Amino acid sequence: MTTQDNTNTPSGFTTKLNLDKHISRRFNQELEQVRSLVMDMGALVEQQVNDGLSAVLNADEKLAEKVIKRDKKVNTMELEIDEYCTQILARRQPAASDLRLLVSVIKSITDLERMGDEAVKFGKNAIKLAKGNFAEQESSRPLVELKHLGKHVSDTLNKALTAYAQMDVAAALDIIKNDNIVDEEFDNISRLLVTKMMENPREIKNALRVTWCARALERIGDHTTNLCEYIVYLVEGKDVRHATMEQIRASIDN
Amino acid sequence: MNNLNIKENDLSELALTETVGNIYADNAKMSIRNADVYYGEKQAIHNISLDLAQHQVTALIGPSGCGKSTFLRCLNRMNDTIDICRVTGQLMLDNDDIYAKDLDPVLLRARVGMVFQKPNPFPKSIYDNVAYGARIHGLTNNKTELDEIVETSLQKAGLFNEVKDRLKEPGTGLSGGQQQRLCIARTIAVSPEVILMDEPASALDPIATAIIEELIDELKEKYTIAIVTHSMQQAARVSQHTAYFHMGKLVEMGKTEDIFTRPEHKLTENYITGRFG
Repeated sequence: MTTQDNTNTPSGFTTKLNLDKHISRRFNQELEQVRSLVMDMGALVEQQVNDGLSAVLNADEKLAEKVIKRDKKVNTMELEIDEYCTQILARRQPAASDLRLLVSVIKSITDLERMGDEAVKFGKNAIKLAKGNFAEQESSRPLVELKHLGKHVSDTLNKALTAYAQMDVAAALDIIKNDNIVDEEFDNISRLLVTKMMENPREIKNALRVTWCARALERIGDHTTNLCEYIVYLVEGKDVRHATMEQIRASIDN
Repeated sequence: MNNLNIKENDLSELALTETVGNIYADNAKMSIRNADVYYGEKQAIHNISLDLAQHQVTALIGPSGCGKSTFLRCLNRMNDTIDICRVTGQLMLDNDDIYAKDLDPVLLRARVGMVFQKPNPFPKSIYDNVAYGARIHGLTNNKTELDEIVETSLQKAGLFNEVKDRLKEPGTGLSGGQQQRLCIARTIAVSPEVILMDEPASALDPIATAIIEELIDELKEKYTIAIVTHSMQQAARVSQHTAYFHMGKLVEMGKTEDIFTRPEHKLTENYITGRFG
């Protein structure tokens, strides 16, 4: 299993939630296990996103195939963590922060799994783009823009997973606040691609493929924001979905 | 919002802090203000203030020895039976001071009934168990009226259909869950306003427990209920308000839905999630 240091350090998570303070040591272990599984899944999804993106940008068919194949692992992890959480809910009837942890985990892994699906879209489009020699053509300027957006989304995902690992509400809020950057960049790429399509109708197919990749990045950005909302819920007990930034700040401050 | 990372589990801090959450009810049936309880020199309850909301269930939870049962017993002066026990503060039932000198504790206990942990039917028939209170309080001398009181009380306690053909048989012959419902019927028979329950289901199996919990939910339509329970899940299931006691103090009180998902105080959090206190 692939894990990355920045998402798998227990600093913050275990201590802030006192996961190791239950009278039942077995319960401590179970929650620690859930935490660790989610961090592993997060690291795997992050790798999928990065590899998928890299496959698109470098016309790397081999890497694309690998990403598509590895999505099964992401799906398996989702099922495994879901089942594990169900068992804990049934046996322990957790309350308060323990309950919020499990609820946030059950929700988080859905978003992580969807991000995995988006990474598969990179893989599929990468193969088609590679066959069309898109990267070598002059019209590949959209790929530069895509790379830029991809870097931003990937960095944000990395920050979100670190925030998750450390239960860092401030970092999570920061990411929620900046979600519109992704949306704006996505609009820019779309405009660029539409222009390309109008200039050269023979490139419509490829341009659409790049559009789908950009769209996948935009979705990954949204899922990342969702993860951050679960962090706020887990730590603060406040549900900040569908709230404006002002509302979120107000609810956390009081 | 410092429940998870700032407020430490520090008892010296607890000595200074006031109850967190909300102790007030819009429609308080009972209002307790600054209650202290002493057993001789030892203080068991420290300056507790809270309201029992009318027609709602308030759960009192906390570790053993936290004073929740002692507090419950103050509410119908059951502690009067303990010589060394002394209660101070203001304890009001509607507009009546329940510790007023001219207030008859026997009449108070008709208004504020109690159900105990172990079912304790009298060694009498099912009928007489329920009729007992109505008789001693002189609610009726009329046999037909008494029959009616017994029947409706047993019905409200969800027991009538199970015992209607054997009302003359001893109450002690019933199952544990049935005995507990018989005790509830006995309490209801004198038309109380408040029912205090001290671990009413802890001696019962899950089925009998579920029946009692269902009954509590129905009873709250007519009565105000305070329940002491060691089962957090039970408190979460049956109550609308939860009060968390710790070492004779009321640490936190609030809506049950909040207490079990986002308690404010570290001690509450530790207790309901089974962490070291």
